[in-house]
Amino acid sequence: MTTRQGTDSNVVLVNQEFDVVGTRPIRHDGADKVTGRARYGADYKASDLLYGKVLRSPYAHARIKSIDSSCAEALEGVRAIVTSADFPQAGSDKPNRRYQRDNVLAGDKALYVGQAVVGVAAVNDHVAEEALALINIEYEVLPPVTSAPQGMAPDAPILHDEMRTDESGEQGNDPSNVATHFQQVLGDINEGFAQADFVVEKEFDTATVHQGYIEPQNGSAFWNQDGRLHVWTSTQGAFPVRTSLSQILDLPVSRIRVTPMEIGGGFGGKIPVYLEPVAAILSKKTGRPVKMQMSRKEVFEGTGPTPGSHIKIKMGATKDGKIIAAQAHLAYEAGAFPGSPVGAGATCVFACYDVPNIVIDGYDVVVNKPKTAAYRAPGATNAAFAAETVVDILAEKVGMTPLDFRALNSAREGTRRADGTSFGVIGSTEVIDAMKSHPHYNSKLEGPNRGRGVAVGFWMNIGWRSACSISVNYDGTINLLLGSTDIGGTRASIAMQAAEVLGIPAEDVNPTVVDTDSIGYTDVTGGSRTSFATGWAAHEAAVDVRDEMIRRAARIWEIDPDDVEFNKSVFKSKADPELSMTFKDLARQMNDTGGGVVGKSTVDPKGVGVSFAGAIADVEVDPETGKVTVLRFTCIQDVGKAVHPSYVEGQMQGGSVQGIGWGLNEEYYMNPDGGMDNFTLLDYRMPTSLDLPMIDTVIVEVANPGHPYGVRGVGEVSIVSPPAAIANAIYDAMGVRMENLPMNPPAVLAALGNGSSGS
Amino acid sequence: MPRKTYVQTTINGENVEFLCEPRQSLLESLRDVIGLTGSKEGCNDGNCGACTVNMDGRIVTSCLVLGVEAEGSNIETIEGVAEGNDLHPIQQAFLENAALQCGICTPGFIVAAKALLEREPDPSEDRIRFWLANNLCRCTGYDKIVRAVLDAAQKMQEVKS
Repeated sequence: MTTRQGTDSNVVLVNQEFDVVGTRPIRHDGADKVTGRARYGADYKASDLLYGKVLRSPYAHARIKSIDSSCAEALEGVRAIVTSADFPQAGSDKPNRRYQRDNVLAGDKALYVGQAVVGVAAVNDHVAEEALALINIEYEVLPPVTSAPQGMAPDAPILHDEMRTDESGEQGNDPSNVATHFQQVLGDINEGFAQADFVVEKEFDTATVHQGYIEPQNGSAFWNQDGRLHVWTSTQGAFPVRTSLSQILDLPVSRIRVTPMEIGGGFGGKIPVYLEPVAAILSKKTGRPVKMQMSRKEVFEGTGPTPGSHIKIKMGATKDGKIIAAQAHLAYEAGAFPGSPVGAGATCVFACYDVPNIVIDGYDVVVNKPKTAAYRAPGATNAAFAAETVVDILAEKVGMTPLDFRALNSAREGTRRADGTSFGVIGSTEVIDAMKSHPHYNSKLEGPNRGRGVAVGFWMNIGWRSACSISVNYDGTINLLLGSTDIGGTRASIAMQAAEVLGIPAEDVNPTVVDTDSIGYTDVTGGSRTSFATGWAAHEAAVDVRDEMIRRAARIWEIDPDDVEFNKSVFKSKADPELSMTFKDLARQMNDTGGGVVGKSTVDPKGVGVSFAGAIADVEVDPETGKVTVLRFTCIQDVGKAVHPSYVEGQMQGGSVQGIGWGLNEEYYMNPDGGMDNFTLLDYRMPTSLDLPMIDTVIVEVANPGHPYGVRGVGEVSIVSPPAAIANAIYDAMGVRMENLPMNPPAVLAALGNGSSGS
Repeated sequence: MPRKTYVQTTINGENVEFLCEPRQSLLESLRDVIGLTGSKEGCNDGNCGACTVNMDGRIVTSCLVLGVEAEGSNIETIEGVAEGNDLHPIQQAFLENAALQCGICTPGFIVAAKALLEREPDPSEDRIRFWLANNLCRCTGYDKIVRAVLDAAQKMQEVKS
């Protein structure tokens, strides 16, 4: 690999060079976003617009006995009031359909503080809010379940009377809060532990945390008099929103058009629908467009965070340093309805290592908290915090450095995971090697109460469906339509992959994110898939354009298309070197050779490349207050190929800092009644610029053989290892093992006080 | 509904008159009454900084200012930062340094950073981190934002000298 420097301490270890892919052009939507002109969901305007608000449950667990909205209806300026009963009741016999609907507006039970119960449309926000105060709901308050272990206890209050545990496909007999229990087995765990010279077993708890996107959820809808519904919303996926609306409203997708507005962050949290279906039925009732937007409190209380969890890890190693057995018990909070990312947690918990004997038990447990949603490598960070702490302890027992121990046990091509998958070409050892040779790792860390920790993490990434279309302009530029909403610069990274095919600069591509009427089905921007899959679709559409342009050149030259070759923006006759034309020259002749040239594509790629990343963290612990300061931080990640290295670095830095926040400060601080006490951004303390150093990055490029440019996907894996790296750094500094997240000052003080050595 | 109040103010160098309810914030007035939607709402309680505007030479979170308090004041919003077709050097530096991802916090950061560089043309990294600590960004981890402000400061100094 060759090394290329980005800004200062950011390094790219390049494997394969291209003309456009791998460069750093200005993003196409940049000017709009630095001038305030970009239109986000809350910027939606329409004539005759009404404003909607939602009344939410003040109780974590309560039966809804009655709803009286007569006083609110009488308030001047109120135009419509809706409850769950206003949704079509089709599919009520299917629990998942009912859960989806009840999470938008509660049915007969409220299952978390902040669950939406009533929707109001009025002439403005303030009147709508006044109306909420006039609605009387009679509740029968029930005892709440506030953690996974509590929900699994035999005498726990039951959230869903009809729920039975799915035991690896078999239905249980009794009502339970455990929606699913599954087990993954590899080898013989008892035999493995019998061979181990060292065994470490530990339990961990991690708190519920939120994605913390700065833009609150929003949704505007107009149910037209012709029966068609048009929705404008900030979402990670316009098509999945269309699907959800179709299910909740029992309306064919052909009658729904979803326009994705610019999106102010999502990190997985803007995949589910919340306000959109409510705005839709309010619009249907009034015949007017309705706009809705959440407050920050509503975002915390009413949208999916990522789960709190209770995790037990037991690992054994031989005296020569080989991890021989690994066992995990993962109990994840699903929130009020089933569907925590415990499955992904199980896939990731030991995936960094080649371990012959593994047992993983996963439990998806409903609790009286908001239904969890995806959050950047969902499920993996909780698991890595626990597993990477135990790996660190084992390394010390064996007498190896943390990185040598990880390198020795690293997953490789052919390593089989407990879920049965065998790895193809992966960059796990390359990441660990890059960590070992990094100046940060090799620098001296001096001073009292300071320590250095490392950890690694895994995320599998996804492929899924994407479509693109391209039309060639007369001047040799192209218009690229895509269905992937752009959260972090993907217009650029997708456009660049089309430009590479056609040999034109990135600036000659005009990418536009379009609505669901205007492009083929495209899945969410999530799972680190967008530059990978939609980028691939752009590549395919550009190939389609190139092939048609070859036919046009052949027609002009009156030769066979097979005799035309295309290289770096120039069409040439293979036989006659005199016959040569640039892409721009040929574009000018489109209209005389058969009309405009368009290219199209739809992909569902299978060649997904998994991701590994490592973190090196230096911390200083204040023994008086327990505050942990991150002094230096480096993220090393295999991305396959960095299409736009600046935005790849940005993903790595952003994920690292979310991991730092998760590790040190962030949590839903719950009161005994099951409510969240810290629902402002002052009290839910995400990292500020002042809390952090620069975040160094090393981009490792072990090309993914399953993608035209070797892309793996970059969005998620950087969040996985930071909490564990910080925990290991705290141990290095103070000699105590942290067992819970967050590792905030009270938690660190408590750990220092009891002197737990952890070993 | 409460009676509206007449407010006269200067926004981005132009005389602007508007009517607002006493309970409406300056942010709401800018976005919903006047039609300047570049200032963003992230929290509505002064903690995220996405609605930052410059009011009489001070940066304020416009969600914590009432619309009626804007009477007689001189306000600059993100819409007033570029000069005609030319981006401000801070805006250009944000683009060149990839200092934005989703972009929702960007207007607030640019307004805040401009106020800093107008006061202190050559701030240290620490000073920039301190000054921008009331602006939350969840995408970037701040690294590239801080670098963009350092870069803009340097380029603005070069133009001057």
